[in-house]
Amino acid sequence: MNITILEGALTTAQVMLTVAMALALFRMIHGPRAQDRVLGLDTLYVNSMLMLLTLGISSGRTLYFEAALIIGLLGFVATVALAKFLMRGEVIE
Amino acid sequence: MNEAFNLPFWAEIVVSAFVLLGASLALIGTIGLARLPTFFERLHAPTLGTSWGTGAMVMASMIFFTVTSGRPVFHEILIGIFVTVTTPVTLMLLAQSTLHRERAEGNPDVPASISKTPAADSDPKEA
Repeated sequence: MNITILEGALTTAQVMLTVAMALALFRMIHGPRAQDRVLGLDTLYVNSMLMLLTLGISSGRTLYFEAALIIGLLGFVATVALAKFLMRGEVIE
Repeated sequence: MNEAFNLPFWAEIVVSAFVLLGASLALIGTIGLARLPTFFERLHAPTLGTSWGTGAMVMASMIFFTVTSGRPVFHEILIGIFVTVTTPVTLMLLAQSTLHRERAEGNPDVPASISKTPAADSDPKEA
């Protein structure tokens, strides 16, 4: 009985995060301008990081924590580089 | 998968509530990202997921691993601190570059640069 509560919550959270990732992907593909696409990519990174945390809880292993940390780091670097590129036209001056 | 789940009932309830809270905040923020009309409104929506969505999910993970492993596990708080620190930096950079692009294109909807307006105001006073 207790198992089904947490499993149900984790499955529901994974479905919600999948829908959120699909919406972020829609904004990334459909977005009218480049900054919308960058924002969609940033949201996609954050949602996939939350998805990895959910997977880590459901598998009971701490391996997924490191993957989530790396995805968060890569998302930060990617968004900063893309925003810098949009502003200046080059990343490293 | 099942042997990790022998944790007490209150922990199940608390972890499930935090996981559902984090996932729903992330979903609401992303719905806002997909549906709001202009870019500067869209910029605010995903912060719902990055602030308390991530916070609730990190808290659920911390409670789960603390209860299951029988010792305090706090390393997930690194993710929370990192996301909290970096999200304003990235989004303000993105907003600045968007404002720069809109001004360079001469879009009348965005406010003009603040460095130009005092000079334009001070010229008639001096003349």
